[in-house]
Amino acid sequence: MTEQIIDRRPPVTKTGVLGWIRSNLLFPWYNALLTIFAGWAIFSAIKPFVQWAIINATITLDPTVAKEYSGAAWGFIRDMWPVFMVGIYPEEHRWRPAVALLIVLSLVMLTLVRKFRGTKWLYTLWGLSPIAVFLIIHGGFFTGLEVVDTHYWGGLMLTLILASVAMLFAFPISVLLALGRSSDMPVIKSFCVAYIELVRGVPLITILFMASVVLPLFLPTDMELDKVLRAMVGITMFFSAYLAENIRGGLQGLGKEQYEAADAIGMGYWQKTLLIVLPQALRIVIPPMVNNFIGILKDTSLVGIVGLVDLLQIAFATTSNPKWFGRLEEAYVFVALWYWILCYSLSRYSQHLEKKYASK
Amino acid sequence: MSQHAHEKARVPFWRNPQIRAWIYQFIMLGGLLWVAFTMYQNTLANLEKRGIGSGFGFLQNEAGFNIGETPPLPVLQGGFLWFIAALIVGLFASRAIAVWLKKNDTTITASNKSVFAVITLVGIIPVLVLFLGSDSISFIRYTESSSYVTALLTGFANTIKVTILGCIFSTILGLFVALGRLSPNWLISKLCSWYVELNRNLPVLLQLFFWYFIVLQQLPSVRKSIDIGGWLILNKRGLYLPAPVAQSGAWPFCLAIGAALIGIYFIYRRSIRLLNERGTPGKIVLPSIALLVALPTLAWLTTGTPFTFEYPVLKGFNYRGGIDLTPEFTALLVGLTVYVSAFNAEIIRSGIQAVSNGQREAARALALKERHVMRLVILPQAMRIIVPPMTSEYLAIAKNSSLAVAIGYPDFVSVGGTILNQSGQAVEIVGIWMGVYLSISLLISLGMNWYNAKIKLVER
Repeated sequence: MTEQIIDRRPPVTKTGVLGWIRSNLLFPWYNALLTIFAGWAIFSAIKPFVQWAIINATITLDPTVAKEYSGAAWGFIRDMWPVFMVGIYPEEHRWRPAVALLIVLSLVMLTLVRKFRGTKWLYTLWGLSPIAVFLIIHGGFFTGLEVVDTHYWGGLMLTLILASVAMLFAFPISVLLALGRSSDMPVIKSFCVAYIELVRGVPLITILFMASVVLPLFLPTDMELDKVLRAMVGITMFFSAYLAENIRGGLQGLGKEQYEAADAIGMGYWQKTLLIVLPQALRIVIPPMVNNFIGILKDTSLVGIVGLVDLLQIAFATTSNPKWFGRLEEAYVFVALWYWILCYSLSRYSQHLEKKYASK
Repeated sequence: MSQHAHEKARVPFWRNPQIRAWIYQFIMLGGLLWVAFTMYQNTLANLEKRGIGSGFGFLQNEAGFNIGETPPLPVLQGGFLWFIAALIVGLFASRAIAVWLKKNDTTITASNKSVFAVITLVGIIPVLVLFLGSDSISFIRYTESSSYVTALLTGFANTIKVTILGCIFSTILGLFVALGRLSPNWLISKLCSWYVELNRNLPVLLQLFFWYFIVLQQLPSVRKSIDIGGWLILNKRGLYLPAPVAQSGAWPFCLAIGAALIGIYFIYRRSIRLLNERGTPGKIVLPSIALLVALPTLAWLTTGTPFTFEYPVLKGFNYRGGIDLTPEFTALLVGLTVYVSAFNAEIIRSGIQAVSNGQREAARALALKERHVMRLVILPQAMRIIVPPMTSEYLAIAKNSSLAVAIGYPDFVSVGGTILNQSGQAVEIVGIWMGVYLSISLLISLGMNWYNAKIKLVER
């Protein structure tokens, strides 16, 4: 009889927690050094931050008490957070942005319900929501609400409004630009190419300056555009060029046979474009469009340079207030947290969409 | 046949796609012209109402404002013609030498010809310029009494300075972060991926403010400066370093270094040749170091000290002299570098990961060393994927450097903004901005396209 060899257990250093640590952190020798270095770097960055933000921090609402602590005074954020959210929007009307937010959030919730997705009434509600949000925040017209001028808009609200408006208006413009750029009519094509390349070649700040200083010169003498509107025009102009390039990528990604099939069954240009080309092309470019929206959201911070008080500028506005003078660090961490959460979640969403479409 | 003709006749002209296309374009052109004309009329009316003149004549006016950083601006003098002449002579000479060599020796290859061209250019031109063109270029610095043009040029020089440095540093930093993310070490790869996620998802302006208003404000005041032996002084007002001042021996010293570099190139070529002939490479490191040390030392000993150092000294409330990096410049450079390095890291990482694993395995199967696998097999292929998106990141640095206006670094946009406020010539200033940034963008894209074409896969 052959002797049976008893199974040996795998070596301890290759499996389990110990094996993982050995292979991922300590082997070979220089990896161990790198681990120590990285650990030290993380520790030396985290330690002062934790000390400042948690251990030595206070959440008291009284600035004189807060001065006794060496760390952060989070009471400043507690005290000022409505200002961070809506800027100098009048205090007695602050419920209105909240209602607007509620409308958008409830629409998002409804969209999350699988049964409602793709129904006509939901599309209609989404289509009407920008008008509703504008009417509630701005007031006036037939609503009977007191008018709150755009001059009073600020904070996170202004940042989100600027980004959404830019996306909303840039989208149709960019579709037209992309179609124009891939058309074979020389005048239209060259106009679209010139517009896209001109805008993509210059910094956003020069476009914003143009919208705020030069645009009023181009308009009739008796016409006045307010500051927020001018910034919106600038950002929309800027992003429609970038978006157009993305959409053009989608148009090029479409097989030639789609165009030929549409031609073969006798469709006209607009029928072909609206029913065959765009639905497929736009589907491909949704993930890059979400990335584009992240770009818009980050770049709205530049409107501070032309004098609007967005989420970033609120940090300066609130800390120049004598009550909480010079609490810039707290304001920055708070503002950065907002930007980061918004942008990070959007970028995760775009990655998710990319995976979803790639698997189809 | 008659049926066909009948059909054709029935189609009205507005159904003809070609005629339609022309009508559309005609309408579009007319609309554009109308918009342009209306805007022109409005602008004239508005300018008249506000009492602002038009045209670029105002650029010659005295600026009268102060600029924090005034790099010297090169101005071409009469001697520059001599320089051009030297260049042309050098070009012709190199061509003639190449032709002559080819006639006498058929073993000369195309790459050798370019070597001779370079030697001629490098050898002849500096010597000619040294003797003939001593007054070829002079430098001026902006002062308050300079014109608006000088102010704009100063701003432009500042923009270029921060853009070039930002491109270099963000590439290096991005490369390290990318390698860190690819590292098998779990902690390093996590650290680097959080670095990327943190920086990518925060607005660049917020980061600039963070470096400028929070980090740099933690530095000590002028009286309590960090001082490392007078060589490096760091305080709230900036970073001060000693500046080299050229002495009489500077030219021979630089020439010696140039000659040594050429020599090293030949040593390298010889090594390659020996590798092809005998299978073992010639020595590179030792002869190169010897050459690089010996030639400049010889120049130093024969012609005297090439450079002396000017140290920063405390005068009144501030340090003067030496090289001084202002906090605005530092904040802008660090902020842009860190922000863009996160994007660069992602581009480099995805480029390296896109090279198929079979390439790596094949290279290892050929018993290449690990560093050779990276340098000779992986990187050249990854570069093809990396270069196009990197171009747009470099463009992003050039464009984002305009955010300098928010922290007070006198870049092109910032200086232009000051002039705009002073003179009210909004259309002209915005036009200049756009023209200049467009040219920078075009130049960078052209340069990167040239590089891209060079490393492109050559398909047979």
